[in-house]
Amino acid sequence: MFAAFDNFPALLIWLPLLGGILSFTIGKEGKARMISLISSFLSLGVVVASYFLSNSNYLELNAVSYVWMPQIGAGFGFVLDGLTRLLCLLTAIAFPIVFLVTAKDQYKRSHAFFGLMLLTQTGLMGVFMATDALVFYFFWELALIPVYFLSSIWGGEKRIRATFKFFIYTFVGSLLLLIGILYVYMNTSDQSFSIVSFYNNTKLTSGEQHWLFLLFFVAFAIKMPVFPFHTWQPEAYEQAPTPVTMILSGVMVKMGLFGLIRWLLPIFPLAMKDYQQGLIIMITVGMIYASLVAIYQDNIKRLIAYSSIAHIGLMAVGILALKNVSMQGAVLQMFNHGINIIALWIAAELVERQTGITKISALGGIAQRAPKLAMFLVLSAMANIALPLTNGFVGEFMIFNGLYQYSPWITAVAGISIILSAVYTLNMIKNVFYGETVAATASFTDISRLHVWVFIGITIIIFVLGVYPTPVLNVIHQTADIILNRFN
Amino acid sequence: MNKFVFLIPLLPLIGFLINGLGRNFLSRTAVILIGCGALIASFVLSLLLFKEVSAPGFTTQIINLFDFINAGGLDIKFAFQVDQLSVLFLLIITGIGSLIHIYSSAYMHEETIPHYARYFAYLNLFVFSMLLLVLGANFVVMFIGWEGVGLCSYLLIGYWFKNKDYNNAAKKAFVMNRIGDLGFLLAIFWMLSQYGTISYAELFPKVGTASPYVITCITMLLFVGAMGKSAQIPLYTWLPDAMAGPTPVSALIHAATMVTAGIYMIARSNAMFTLAPHTQNVIAIIGIATALLSATIALKQNDIKKVLAYSTVSQLGLMFMALGVGAYTAGVFHVMTHAFFKALLFLCAGSVIHAMHHEQDIRKMGGLRIKLPLTHITFLIGCIAISGIPPFAGFFSKDEILTAALEKSPVYYVLGVLVSLMTAFYMFRLYFLTFAGSFRGTHEQEHHVHESPAAMTWPLVILAVCSIIGGWVGIPSVFVADAHLLGKFLAPVVASQEMEKPAVHLSHEMELGLMAMVLGLIILVVFIASKMFRKSEITENTETGLSGFLANKWYVDELYDVIIVKPLNALSSFFSRIIDNRIIDGFVNGVGKAVQFSGRQLRLLQSGQVGSYILIMVISIILFFIFQLYWKF
Amino acid sequence: MPINYYIFLSVALFSIGIIGVLTRRNAIIIFMCIELMLNAVNLLLVAFSKMHHLKAFATDVATKVGTEAQLFVFFIMVVAAAEVTVGLAIIVMMYRNIHSVDINFLNRLKH
Repeated sequence: MFAAFDNFPALLIWLPLLGGILSFTIGKEGKARMISLISSFLSLGVVVASYFLSNSNYLELNAVSYVWMPQIGAGFGFVLDGLTRLLCLLTAIAFPIVFLVTAKDQYKRSHAFFGLMLLTQTGLMGVFMATDALVFYFFWELALIPVYFLSSIWGGEKRIRATFKFFIYTFVGSLLLLIGILYVYMNTSDQSFSIVSFYNNTKLTSGEQHWLFLLFFVAFAIKMPVFPFHTWQPEAYEQAPTPVTMILSGVMVKMGLFGLIRWLLPIFPLAMKDYQQGLIIMITVGMIYASLVAIYQDNIKRLIAYSSIAHIGLMAVGILALKNVSMQGAVLQMFNHGINIIALWIAAELVERQTGITKISALGGIAQRAPKLAMFLVLSAMANIALPLTNGFVGEFMIFNGLYQYSPWITAVAGISIILSAVYTLNMIKNVFYGETVAATASFTDISRLHVWVFIGITIIIFVLGVYPTPVLNVIHQTADIILNRFN
Repeated sequence: MNKFVFLIPLLPLIGFLINGLGRNFLSRTAVILIGCGALIASFVLSLLLFKEVSAPGFTTQIINLFDFINAGGLDIKFAFQVDQLSVLFLLIITGIGSLIHIYSSAYMHEETIPHYARYFAYLNLFVFSMLLLVLGANFVVMFIGWEGVGLCSYLLIGYWFKNKDYNNAAKKAFVMNRIGDLGFLLAIFWMLSQYGTISYAELFPKVGTASPYVITCITMLLFVGAMGKSAQIPLYTWLPDAMAGPTPVSALIHAATMVTAGIYMIARSNAMFTLAPHTQNVIAIIGIATALLSATIALKQNDIKKVLAYSTVSQLGLMFMALGVGAYTAGVFHVMTHAFFKALLFLCAGSVIHAMHHEQDIRKMGGLRIKLPLTHITFLIGCIAISGIPPFAGFFSKDEILTAALEKSPVYYVLGVLVSLMTAFYMFRLYFLTFAGSFRGTHEQEHHVHESPAAMTWPLVILAVCSIIGGWVGIPSVFVADAHLLGKFLAPVVASQEMEKPAVHLSHEMELGLMAMVLGLIILVVFIASKMFRKSEITENTETGLSGFLANKWYVDELYDVIIVKPLNALSSFFSRIIDNRIIDGFVNGVGKAVQFSGRQLRLLQSGQVGSYILIMVISIILFFIFQLYWKF
Repeated sequence: MPINYYIFLSVALFSIGIIGVLTRRNAIIIFMCIELMLNAVNLLLVAFSKMHHLKAFATDVATKVGTEAQLFVFFIMVVAAAEVTVGLAIIVMMYRNIHSVDINFLNRLKH
């Protein structure tokens, strides 16, 4: 029995799953809410405990594997190594925050809402921890499907169209991924879905690697999303209920980046080298493009969505540059970006909840009415545009540094997005929070104590990681070392 | 003392935290005590540090606090470097900062307490960032402060956030600074990849190992950073707009400290700039061009703060020219004297604005010398100092710059003199319009004009004294041999800049002669200005021709609007509406539509007649057989 | 008897079945035509099986080669019987509902 308690990966799968099922079946709103909160905090506790109680070698220790379908070489394998741990921590932080922020909101059939949310958490944890391609794929879909229901039941006006598009888009990616996984599986030496066999797939010819790489990449690129696979995102973010949007943009898009690191680069090193330049240029162009589009947006949610595309693009470039510094920076930034963008969403949600408006030009002067909200928003916006001493700076500095080693010119172009991000972020702050109040914001009230505490928590994370990122870097540096070793 | 260096930036940070978080609980007195107290304590510590540094036998000290980023071959320490240059800047920042904090406590008294506390919190945060900037032992720590001051500048310019224009000015400042910051950042990466380190102590000794091309590029990028922060062409337009902030902020940030960060950076990395003659030329040219441009604009401005703002840009241009010709000490010297008299001028302007109830148009002032005697005297001292009349501070530093410029090229010298003359002209124009003649505002305003409280006038007096004697630390050798105390103090950090063969070699007699000539011209200009502006009435005439061109600031803002802002917005709109919505999303939706369409067409096959289904089935089976027969795999 | 005869016969039966299914509208007749096609196949299976078995029998008396096909025949007959039960039940239901066994009335499949 005791052994189960230090079996962190299994706990992280079971906790949200059981919580979700309980919340589904219990059917009462108050209890379901309580269960979801408790379960999400327990998950957080487990991740934090795992940080202290086990080490974080890449794909090594703390791995568990259950026999699943031995006939076809698939096992239920999970691992909680450094890379995974950080992302699980992000997931485990994101969910309690989301539950706390929405603690006062009413949802119809809320037990189902919380149940689906927890199911999503299970899916996310599974994706990050899986060491078996089939399990990875299974959880990849498991994370997607509850989100589809969440958005299409509890979403905004045009939710059906937006979620349908989102689902089809990502599902096409998933199918490509499945084809790719099956093809690699058939070419493994021991007919196994295990990640180790995938890493050692010496049978694949260079030509096969190339098209398989594209299959995997498109799946991940849609998920991230990077230009030009991004058009599902603004609509989905706009229409999904904000808690779901927070999870989508804070955690779920990291699945794509994570996929790049764990399931793409190490498996197809040959193809990676050939596609590297083209992909980096494409994504860099996409960053500038998304930043420019963000400037034009007049809707807070779409603006944040496009900003996210630009930032995610930077992380993707950091990973694809195949430099140690930038890969670590990208992993760190995945975490940071998750935290920062959730903070931005909370602010956007609080504005929308009171005014019912997301149109930037129809708002104004909120800072007068709600100084605390304004303060936190400015803070998270500054972290989002990577001001030094916030977490965003460390990550982006490392990414840019690695990218510079790859190509100074691309760094210079990508750097323009730093300037543009300041432009659109400050525009948003200026038009929504500063200036004179308008009719919609005239009776705006400041945020409640609960939200203040949530924001304080986020602020602490932002500054601690911005000033002293070493503990996190210690956890992830090995991932970068091992993966990049495969390219030497 | 080393152990306490970290307290110098930490105290303002603590002040920021207490004032910022406790703004709803603290009393006004507590806010003042915390805000000013933190700075004064830092100043005292800086003085102690200065004493230690100026003692003979001092060597540069590096204080490692902790590892900031240590990953993948990147090893950046959060470290401070204490040497002559950083201590000098520490003194300027904390000293003038303290005075401005005290001044602000009275100037901002109309604000409600939460905003009052917010103001002091921002000021403290600014000082913290600035102290990081000058104390950093590597470029990354400098960059942290560098962006930090940009942020504070943004927050303080937009301090009165209800006003749209102020917010736009704040945004403009931040974005323009960021453009420069990108250059700085790229320079940091380049240095990292070239030298593998960015700590000053390790980097500067091996600067020469890189090729001249690389050094030139790095220094150019660094200079781009300095352009943004120190408001040089083409990134200077934010500084005049930055006058939207409270006047003490203009004094502290946009005159005395933040804008000199660019000078500090170049002076700090002088070892590198010395090896890049092309960059030096560019710096000198851009510096003198900026000085000229903004001096001409300042001639026609009617807003008391705008005149001072353009004068700041102009003086910064001169400092850059000094750096460009290799006279780092002269540049830093001018930073110091300029900090004194420009802070003084701005605070005087604040005092005037305070007295006039936020009237900033000098056409509506006049005759204030009687109502505001102390402000009048100190403002006059400031004007004399900035115009470069001995023995006031500005004379010594400006003279040193001009001398260095002459040694490099007479062109720089002539243009520099021209800038000085224009400076004298517009400053005295400002002085006469504000204080001489008779009052031109409304009667109500006249009735209310009053001298400012002591908390505002004492800083003026102190700064005025500094503006008089501040230059005496750098007496040129033509007067007293070996009396350039500042030069001696800075010698260890500023590599000796003796040029191999100066373009013009100056004898002492010639130098004195030129000095006298410039002085004569300046006095002449002041005289002309007094003739022109010492009158009571101002004829309201629309500015036309050249003067209109100058009054409209050379239409640079409009030019930027046309060549950058508008195209960017058009591009953004084009991307969003056409490419994103029509092309990419159109393609995606098109796939969906195509599926729907083909489904609709195929549906027609489903007639519902069982017979037709069977027929199709049979035909298909027959086709399949035929296919199998004749198609050999 | 040569195998050709069997083949011709069963092809003829099968074709009659197909033509019947394609042209007739009465569900019961269509049903019978389907049975006819099944039996054509059965006939062919039995015939081939017999031929195959005879050939092997000439060398080995105990051989069971070729007998599997006859199993198929039984299998088909069982399936056909099942089909008859289901199919006739459907036809009866259909008659009860629309008072006709004309399949052209059954064009609701597209809805």
